Formats: sequence, C-alpha cells, structure tokens
Amino acid sequence: MRYLIRRLGFFVLTLWAAMTLNFFIPRMMPGSPEDALRQRLSKGGAVVTPEQLRTVLAEFGFDPDKNVVLQYVEYLRSMVTGHWGVSIGSSLGVPVTTLIGDALPWTLGLVGISTVLAFVLGTLIGTVAGWRRGGLIDGIVPPVFIVTSALPYFWVALLLISLFAIGSNPILPNDFNYDQGMTPAFTGEFILSVIRHGILPATTILITAVGGWILTMRNNMVTTLAEDYVRMARAKGIPGRKIMFGYAGRNAFLPNLSGFAMSLGFVISGTILVEYVFNYPGLGYMFYNATVSTDYPLLQALFLLVTLAVLICVLLCDFAVFLLDPRARTKG
Amino acid sequence: MSAIVAGTAAGTPTATRRPRGGLFRAVLRNRKAMVGAVLLFLFILLAAFPQVFVPAEFHDPQAIGDLPLQGPSSTHWLGTTGLGQDVYAQLIYSTRESLVIAIVAGLGATILSVIIGVSAAYLGGFADDGLSMMTDIFLVLPTFPLIIVLATYAGKGNLTVIIIVLILTGWSYGARQMRAQALSLRNRDFLESARVRGERSSYIIVVEVLPTMISLIVANFLGAALYSVLTAAGLQFLGLGDPSSLSWGTMLYWAQNQGALVNGLPAWALSPGLAVALLGVSFALLNYAFDEISNPALRPVRRRRAKS
Repeated sequence: MRYLIRRLGFFVLTLWAAMTLNFFIPRMMPGSPEDALRQRLSKGGAVVTPEQLRTVLAEFGFDPDKNVVLQYVEYLRSMVTGHWGVSIGSSLGVPVTTLIGDALPWTLGLVGISTVLAFVLGTLIGTVAGWRRGGLIDGIVPPVFIVTSALPYFWVALLLISLFAIGSNPILPNDFNYDQGMTPAFTGEFILSVIRHGILPATTILITAVGGWILTMRNNMVTTLAEDYVRMARAKGIPGRKIMFGYAGRNAFLPNLSGFAMSLGFVISGTILVEYVFNYPGLGYMFYNATVSTDYPLLQALFLLVTLAVLICVLLCDFAVFLLDPRARTKG
Repeated sequence: MSAIVAGTAAGTPTATRRPRGGLFRAVLRNRKAMVGAVLLFLFILLAAFPQVFVPAEFHDPQAIGDLPLQGPSSTHWLGTTGLGQDVYAQLIYSTRESLVIAIVAGLGATILSVIIGVSAAYLGGFADDGLSMMTDIFLVLPTFPLIIVLATYAGKGNLTVIIIVLILTGWSYGARQMRAQALSLRNRDFLESARVRGERSSYIIVVEVLPTMISLIVANFLGAALYSVLTAAGLQFLGLGDPSSLSWGTMLYWAQNQGALVNGLPAWALSPGLAVALLGVSFALLNYAFDEISNPALRPVRRRRAKS
C-alpha cells in the first residue's frame, strides 16, 4: 500500500511542479507579458483601453500591483478548479477549456490508438526476437529498428505524404481530419473519411514509435532469459511457448511498462510535429498555433493538460505494475 | 542491412574482463559501431570543410539565384529554393550548425546528468531523495511542449537559448542511469580501499568512479546528442529557430513554408530530413553498440540455444 501512496504523492508533486513552471516561466522571461498582450490585442487595429487590458491580464492571472505569493496561490486555485482563462490568440475571448474540448477527441483517437498499437506490437515483436536469439527475426529486427527509431517524426510524415498523398490523384488525403464539406455524423461515409484521413498520421507515429519498444523489450528479454528460473523452467520441461510468455516475457515486460509511461512525453512531442505536418486539428496543432500567435493562456493550459495526461498514464502504469509484480506490493 | 547483421555474429563474448583501453578495440570489432562511426566521421568532415564538397559557384549558400523552384539538374544537384538558392550547397553548409547543436547540447546534458546522478548516489540520504525526486519530475514532464513554451517566451530564433533549453530538458534520463550505476559501485572494494587510503571524495569520484562508468557516460552522450538533433530540427521546423540561419531544421521550415512538396520538389523537402535522420541513425547505432559493449549479455552470439 505504501507503494501506491508514494506514487500518488509523486503525481501531486509533479503536477504542482508543472503548474509552478507555468506560473514562473512568463514572469522570469525577458519581455513583459503585458506588452505582449497589448501588442496582440491591438494587432487588428483595435484600440485597447487600460481597463480591457487589465481584465484580460487578470483572467491570465497577472496583477502587477499584487504580491507575487498571493498571485501564485490564486493561480494555483484557479488551475485546480478548471478556470484556465480565455484565449488571446486567433479565437480571442473563447475560454481555453472550450477550445481544448473541441480538439481533445481527435488527438485521443489518433495518438491514443496508434501509440498503444505501437507499444503492443513492439512488445510482441521484441519478445519473439529476444526469444529466438540469433534467429532470423533477431537478425533483421535490431538494425532496422535502430534506424527507424532515430528518424525524425516530421520527416517520416513528409516522406509518406510525398509517396501517397501528392499528385493529381492521391491515394490518401494529406490534411485535416475529415473531408471538407462533410458534417460530423455517425454515418458510414463520415467514419470512412475520418479513417482515411487518419491512416497517414497514424502510420507515421507507428513507424517511429514501434522501434524503441522492440529494442528495449528484446534487450530485457535477453537479460531475463539468462535468469536461473528460466533455466529451471526448461529443466522441468515446461513448453517453450509457456516459458516465453509466462516466465521470461512477463518479467521482461515490467520495465517496459514503466518505460511506456515515461516515454509518453516523447510521443507527445512527436504528435505536435505530426499534427502540424498533416494539419490535423488536434491538441498538437493547437499547440503550434498557440505558439505562432503567442497565445500564452492557451499554451500554458495545453502544457498543463499534456503533463496531466502523462501523469495519469504514469499512475495507471504504476497500478498495472502493482498488480503484475508481487515485489512492488511487498517492497513498500 | 542483412550483410551487417551477418557480420555482427563474428564478435564472440569474452569470458574474462575487458582490459582498460579496450573501448576503442571494442568499437572496431562491433559492426554497428563501425557503421555509426563512419557516418559520424563523414558528417564531421562535411561540417569542418563544407567548401570541399560544394562546387565553387555555390560557396555562398545563401546567395539568391535567378532560377527559383527548380528540380534537380546537373548544375543544381538537389534543385533550388523559392529564392533560387542551391539546395545542395545549403544542405552541406547546414551540417555545421546541426552537428554543433548535437554535440554541445549532448555534452552539456551529459555533464549535468553525471553531476546530478553521481552526487545523488554518492551523497545518499536526504540529498539523494531530493535529487532523485527532481530527476523523476523532469523525466515525466513533457519536454518538447516545455521547450516550445520556453522558446516562445525567451524569444524565437536564438541558438544559445535552444541549446540551453535542450540541456535543461535532456539530462534527466541519463541522471537516473548514472545514479543507478554509481550506487552499484559505491560499496565495491576498490572504492573502499581508496577511502582507506584517505583520498578525498572529489579524487575518488573523478579518478576511481568516473573511469569505471565511461561506457555508460559515452552511451549517454550519444543518446543525448540524438535527442538534441531530433528536437532541434523539430523546433526549427516549427519556425522556432532563427529563420536566416543555415541548419537542416531551418531548411525544412522554408521547404514547408514555400510548399516544396506541393510544387513537386521532393528533393528539397526530403533531403534535409534525410540528413537529420542519417545523423540520428549514426548516433543511435553507436549508442546501441555501446549498450552491447557495456552489457556483455546483449552481445550477439553465434551458437543457438538448445531448443527446449
């Protein structure tokens, strides 16, 4: 039980660290956010009164006359209660939570499915490659996937576009999440369109993400196969398949599982680039747009959300390790 | 590919401990390491002497030409950009900045992770708890979004800012490994004897601990360099780099902005990315090979296990 409590403590602490970074980065960086805001707000030729500026700044959590500590406490409270401010970018005045709510399902669908698929596939291939040490699969797998795991996400995306989505009659669409002019509905036609638009981005994530899992799983497998209990299982005459999954695979899988949660941050970074290349209207693309239009509230909310997502995954993986590994239960 | 694979089986694991200074020989023996090293050497050559590899008329890669958006031809080997600049010349001259980012940021992150990881393991107690907690937090924080947030605030396009940000976000993974290895070394006899001899802690760490960890440190540097190459290219591709600088990420940024793919110029759109990928591959191959060198269990074996 102590293990779980410690992990929960870590969850809260890291979230706090992310929020604190969010609070202090704009205050520590050169250039006043007030100036940046004024510039942004008056960009369309509109005249900004000091009153308006103050309101927006207050939404953002800035109040130059107030004590920093007080501001910080208030900021933390509004973050926890879900008051994440309003966008000051292209969609001025829209609550950040609304914007995120629109984009979230697309990213969850695209990135969630392809990442989990990459993890499952990679773990399976890695298990087999490590088991048949020196075999045909093991001969081909490591060098090929060392290469794919070092490829930049956006380059794979560009390559796939130039192969499949360029020309007078492209095989697959290369941008947006469904065909323009369609209205979202649960019809076969619409779902097909969504799938067609998802294939290339998903393949990009799959190609670049799967290699890491294969390599770590293979190496874990190789290390585990040298353990005495595997030799013991062989000596007892337990069938090979059972040793592979039940004895070696199960133990080799544990570090991979904790690694999965840890690497999610890296996957998300790739997602920003992939969604940017494919103009896929998910969170990553929104992140890019928020950067271009220096939409600080949106940028910070997205950063917080992404951290939250990673942390929830870490927590879930911790629970899974807790269930799968008796050592974690007794270690405390 | 398969030729490389067949060759790797030749290296047989030695039963005895590798003598000191065997690192270099181990690299020579490992095919993956050789391929990676040759690639890296090639890139270092390109970065040091770009003018040797580019025809004389393109020695100023930023010079604006009169033939914009050309496909590959005998004068412009990879075509021209929207301003008529020679893509091949830009590609070669960009090697320098990309390589410098990789090496400087990789070195910085490695040094930071050695300092934090080793001191956490060596100090123990409260300091260890604090440093480990910090490492874990940095490990979980999504770095790329953090980098984007930092780069947006700190002013887009500053190379120093990019490198500092890469170092600040790239050290945590290594620090964790360093701590684990240093912990396992802590109670070894040779350190105990140094302590009994009355050596200072700083001497023990620098002269006794660090040389034992050298292969992990090298592997770490390669990992950090790989991360820096990919991340820096991604940042520049998104337009967070200096748009007038010469680097692969910036080339990609302009190729994307001027619609290289749509205009039917795949050579321009894909070659900088290929260069990034190749540099990344060379780091990754070396990294994987060092993993094999430092962990003998992973070295390729020729004999098949008896089937159960």
